[in-house]
Amino acid sequence: MSTEGQDAARLAELRQKFGREPLPPREGEAEQSPRDAQPRFRGLESGHRACQGCGEALAARLVMECAGPDVMIANATGCLEVFTTAWPQSAWRVPWVHSLFENAAAVASGMEAAMKAKGRNTKVLAFGGDGGTYDIGFQALSGMLERYHNVLYVCFDNEAYMNTGIQRSSSTPHAATTTTSPAGKERMGKRHLKKDLLSIIAAHHIPFAASASVAYAADLQRKVRYAMGVDGPTFLVVHSPCPLGWRHASAMTIEVARRAVECGLFPLVEIERGAVTNVMPIRDVRPVTDYLSLQGRFAHLMKDADSRAAEERAHLQALADYNIEVFGLRGDSPDAADTTGTAVVGRSGRPAGRI
Amino acid sequence: MLEALEGSQAIARAVALCRPDVVAAYPITPQTHIVEALSRLVAQGDMKTEFVSVESEFSAASVVLGAAAAGTRAYTATASQGVLLMAEVLFNIAGLRVPLVMTVANRAVSAPLSIWNDHSDSMAVRDSGWIQLHCADNQEAVDTTIQAFRITQETELPVMVCMDGFVLTHTFEPIDLPTQDAIDGWLPPLEFSRKLDPGDPKSLGTLVSPDFFAEVRHSHHAAMTKALSVIGEVDEAWSALTGRSCGGLLEVSGDPAARIGILAMGSTCGTIQTGMEHAAGEVGSARLIKLRAFRPFPADALRAACEGLDHLIVIDRAISPGLGGVVGTEVAATLADVPGAPRIHNHALGLGGRDIPETIYADLMATVTDPDSPAFSVFDADMEKLDPEDR
Repeated sequence: MSTEGQDAARLAELRQKFGREPLPPREGEAEQSPRDAQPRFRGLESGHRACQGCGEALAARLVMECAGPDVMIANATGCLEVFTTAWPQSAWRVPWVHSLFENAAAVASGMEAAMKAKGRNTKVLAFGGDGGTYDIGFQALSGMLERYHNVLYVCFDNEAYMNTGIQRSSSTPHAATTTTSPAGKERMGKRHLKKDLLSIIAAHHIPFAASASVAYAADLQRKVRYAMGVDGPTFLVVHSPCPLGWRHASAMTIEVARRAVECGLFPLVEIERGAVTNVMPIRDVRPVTDYLSLQGRFAHLMKDADSRAAEERAHLQALADYNIEVFGLRGDSPDAADTTGTAVVGRSGRPAGRI
Repeated sequence: MLEALEGSQAIARAVALCRPDVVAAYPITPQTHIVEALSRLVAQGDMKTEFVSVESEFSAASVVLGAAAAGTRAYTATASQGVLLMAEVLFNIAGLRVPLVMTVANRAVSAPLSIWNDHSDSMAVRDSGWIQLHCADNQEAVDTTIQAFRITQETELPVMVCMDGFVLTHTFEPIDLPTQDAIDGWLPPLEFSRKLDPGDPKSLGTLVSPDFFAEVRHSHHAAMTKALSVIGEVDEAWSALTGRSCGGLLEVSGDPAARIGILAMGSTCGTIQTGMEHAAGEVGSARLIKLRAFRPFPADALRAACEGLDHLIVIDRAISPGLGGVVGTEVAATLADVPGAPRIHNHALGLGGRDIPETIYADLMATVTDPDSPAFSVFDADMEKLDPEDR
């Protein structure tokens, strides 16, 4: 739990001041539902300036709900910074600092060193997008992990530089179009592969690294709560659709994110000290076209008349098949923690599969 | 009590006396001995600090930024390429107005590669918004380092302590280090007014629209201007504690009646002083102006220091290609509206570690009477080494 290693009295005081207490069991129910048992702390308030259907805004809110109030955040430059803090307003209810694009991990390292020097347990979080994590902030992140700072780094992965207007990053999927990897007579979108960042993170042999998706809130929050209790570096990459950049309907954010997991292109895995220790099995594996066809960034792959389109579709399907094979994602029986069980939440707040 | 200490060792000991909570630094010549000495102090248990061994100067600056934002006393040191790699963070630190102290072991900037001393590195971040103090010798560097921790607390502006690489950092001098008790009493605990605190959450470093940006910059400029008096007051308070002054913003010495002045920053001041002692009989004496505070720039003090001068030789240890000397240009601008202001003779000297001999004093004095002397020159450049078209 998130309270592990933290001063319980201080946490209670901060929750009292800024958050909401966990709710008691509802009428007629013997125990608290898992949802009500969560702190439900609104670290990131509503009223910010994110686009409709922003996956990153939702993901950040879900992370903050279970990270709780006794935290401080180093935020890289990006959409999250810009839409939450246009001065003199701020949507953050926790201490928060934005320095630069490429140094969130290093700033967080300093904040953590400061807490250590003061003998305080306040957990330090670092937030960045895929540009600030996979690309320009990668060195600082590697340094932070290697030096074993007690920081939870969360990468909100929307697979391009969205804040500057949708340019390709090393996290952009193969064949996706962006403004710097457009499709045309000579090109079928991005020519290169999405960087396998999690494997690089895993090579640092940190206590916990995981991928999560904004479509699977319960799974995402379980991973955050686990990471909060680890005394050491932890890393979470959260797949966060961007309706503007991926060119899908704003109402489809969750569905798009869910299909990325269900087709195998974005596997949800947990890695401890370099070894894969848990994965979310896929109950019914979808073809990648179910995922691609919802998004304008892959529209050029859906043209039957273009022979290159079929080739790239096959390429992406092979990448998904590879993930399913390598991580053993094919679920062969109904499992409360698989893609279907975790995604369906009952009215009590419990995952439906567990009832 | 005096101890024979290498400049870098002395700086590390001075930093330890200030009890920083977090130190982050990356090795670079000629700063390396400072970070090594600090690491030894930590390893031996003589210094209690969170020492963060970073993977670059960029992260060194970012780590101390985070530590300072979290309300702790932080320190870093670098030089040359390290200053330039930090540059983006240095502007950010200043813009966030977090209290920090950094030593710059001044060194030339590549290319061509030079590990030796000049002021190109700190000049490159002149406009970052940091306070920049220059040290003439190692005792001054020790005293200024400790003063810097108090200045940064009182002004909430970061302070860069510039000391000449090798000439000071690698030179042994007798140093008087204050006692721990004396510093504990003199340097109050750090209370950063905008620190990150879960009990009082604030957002630092937010996006600022054009509606507010000009005000942010104005207030930074105003804070720097106010820092002029703080730098003087802290030096006076230091003098009350130790009996030593670093000269406040600038220090005037030499012949007060002289019509010729020489202005310099850093260890060059000592060379000029000694040169004058040897050559005054032949070429006359001068008024020496040691500029200690380069940012904020002490315009009023400078005008007063230049009163009665006919000529002012300004020594630059860096060059702005296409313009000339930075210090010389700023001094000329400061004196421009002073009636009867001295004529400025601006010379870049000792670039990339070129040795500055004591005889430079007589050579410089000779330019004053030379009607053909250029307004700016790279004074010690040997034209014989250049192709004719490069001269």
